Amino acid sequence: MLYRTAGQFKTSYKADQALFPVRQDAVLLAIILTFAWVIFPLTASEFAFQTLLIPIMIYALAAMGLNILTGYAGQLSLGTAAFMGVGAYACYKMITLMPWLNPVVAILLSGVFSAGIGVVFGIPSLRIKGFYLAIATLAAQFFLVWLFEKWSWLYNDNASGAIQVPNLEMFGTYIAGPQAASVTEYYVVLFVVSLLTLLCINLTRGTLGRTWKATRDMDIAAELIGINLMKSKLTAFAISSYIVGVAGALYVFMWKGAAEPNVFDIPLSFQVLFIAIIGGLGSILGNFLGAILIVGLPVILNLLPAAIGVQIDSAMVEHLNVMIIGSLIIFFLIVEPHGLAALWRLIREKLIIWPFPH
Amino acid sequence: MLDQPENFVTIDGRTIGGQLMEMKNITLKFGGVTAIKDISFDIREGEIRAIIGPNGAGKSSMLNVISGFYIPQEGEVWYKGTPRPAMKPFEVARLGVARTFQNIALFEGMTVLDNVMTGRLNHMSAGIAAQALWWGRARAEEIENREKVERVIDFLEIQAIRKTPVGRLPYGLKKRVELARALAAEPSLLLLDEPMAGMNVEEKEDMSRFILDVNDEFGTTIALIEHDMGVVMDLSDRVVVMDYGRKIGDGAPDEVRNDQTVIDAYLGVSHD
Ligand SMILES: Nc1ncnc2c1ncn2[C@@H]1O[C@H](COP(=O)(O)OP(=O)(O)O)[C@@H](O)[C@H]1O
Ligand SMILES: [Mg+2]
Repeated sequence: MLYRTAGQFKTSYKADQALFPVRQDAVLLAIILTFAWVIFPLTASEFAFQTLLIPIMIYALAAMGLNILTGYAGQLSLGTAAFMGVGAYACYKMITLMPWLNPVVAILLSGVFSAGIGVVFGIPSLRIKGFYLAIATLAAQFFLVWLFEKWSWLYNDNASGAIQVPNLEMFGTYIAGPQAASVTEYYVVLFVVSLLTLLCINLTRGTLGRTWKATRDMDIAAELIGINLMKSKLTAFAISSYIVGVAGALYVFMWKGAAEPNVFDIPLSFQVLFIAIIGGLGSILGNFLGAILIVGLPVILNLLPAAIGVQIDSAMVEHLNVMIIGSLIIFFLIVEPHGLAALWRLIREKLIIWPFPH
Repeated sequence: MLDQPENFVTIDGRTIGGQLMEMKNITLKFGGVTAIKDISFDIREGEIRAIIGPNGAGKSSMLNVISGFYIPQEGEVWYKGTPRPAMKPFEVARLGVARTFQNIALFEGMTVLDNVMTGRLNHMSAGIAAQALWWGRARAEEIENREKVERVIDFLEIQAIRKTPVGRLPYGLKKRVELARALAAEPSLLLLDEPMAGMNVEEKEDMSRFILDVNDEFGTTIALIEHDMGVVMDLSDRVVVMDYGRKIGDGAPDEVRNDQTVIDAYLGVSHD
């Protein structure tokens, strides 16, 4: 009933190619957007903004960037955190060198730098694949974090070696830095993430998306039907790194407020990779589902025992979190490689034919 | 120049065009193995050209040379009367050469529709920005090419499975989807590597009908590799026979079938 598609006939290819061929999807999205743009900002607590809403969107964006590269174009990368770092440092340098620059523009421009560096580190993908490529991206990871530490120009020679987000103003309100309100930061993040999500959806359903998927599924056949593999892989690296870089800038400027080089170390790369895997490789929606799970789980583990009157110390919570995420990764890799997004697709298909089973 | 009447030849009452492709003294080696030894033959516009021969004769290697996937150590490939410069396979595809593979090479993670749409990639040129915004040229192209693809889908009678992921299809249908992807490119030369291998009689008949229809309706030049002599005799205008990397016969199906060298090769070597 909920997902009844009977009576919704497509009379043109244009209609069939619409973003939401099934009306219920559009309704569902409208509800989600209403929550995101109106209800959450009006009702969320400081705690909810800082531990759930803002990080979920930033992590989802980073995972989306990785997903373009790994899930769509089939090029494995373990260097996500380093490219987030490039975005964050680029944003910091732009803001400090050009204080007149609009902060949102700066955030969107910082991805250009990570895209450039992403392309350079993507060049090995023209020769090597799979495991070996993953190792090459790991080299990028180590090198870039080393650079963040050693090249003091990047952090304006601060004695602490960290970058610190200054108060940034836009239209007379602080939108980043110590003075900014969470709700303002939330709106900036929501705007950037919504915008890039829309662009990603369009890219992945069109020519470029098909080019990437063909490269992923069978590169030899792709080349023999006329796909320039070099262009396909390097555009994937560029666009993926752009998104990851913007996510990195948001991570520091709209959430953490400051960052040392080691923030961009391997654990962050893996965290983003886990979100992409649990959410579903080759899915845009999955990044959000995965981020909700990975960001939300520790919060729930912290709050739930207290709520039901059980005492668990914080080290135990940390262990539980790692164990649950570990088992989820194994579960999804073995049972459902397409992750939470595939589970949602299954539920949706069931709803469409409900109450008549096959 | 290609359309000059003197370039046309008549074989078995069917007139075919001038040379579209010409292999000149092709030799291809893999280390110590010589897969192709000094072979020359041509493919004329509008014809169905069969390449036959026992397993390991070098037929697939020959298609791979035509596709630009293998670079022969010796010899040249001429295209429309001029030597083709060294090209990457994707550049050859953009010249109008489309193909299917002996072992199906579809994009398993994509739907039938998306697979066939990849055949149109070389006809789509909207920039990244337009695609990201789903605007202007990107949007128009998407609709325009979808219409072309739907015509191919209708032609090959695979409407019912258009939204099915290719990984879920049975073998025979996969072969058909692969042909659809190649046809969607509107190639001037279509290469088919054993399009009927592993099919039952009914599927073979369907496939033969499609190949003949493609050639008839769109005038597409076709070079195909096939084991089944019956099929080859029915379909092709001219046949090249290969054995151990050499060309041992070239001519109309009837001539080739009655040639003693060809008969010996087929009797002396097992077919599969
Ligand atoms: N990539 C390759 N590397 C090494 N040897 C190859 C390769 N491809 C084909 N060959 C060899 O070349 C010969 C011809 O193979 P092939 O063209 O596949 O024959 P056919 O398609 O007629 O059965 C065989 O001996 C095969 O083992
Ligand atoms: Mg073969």
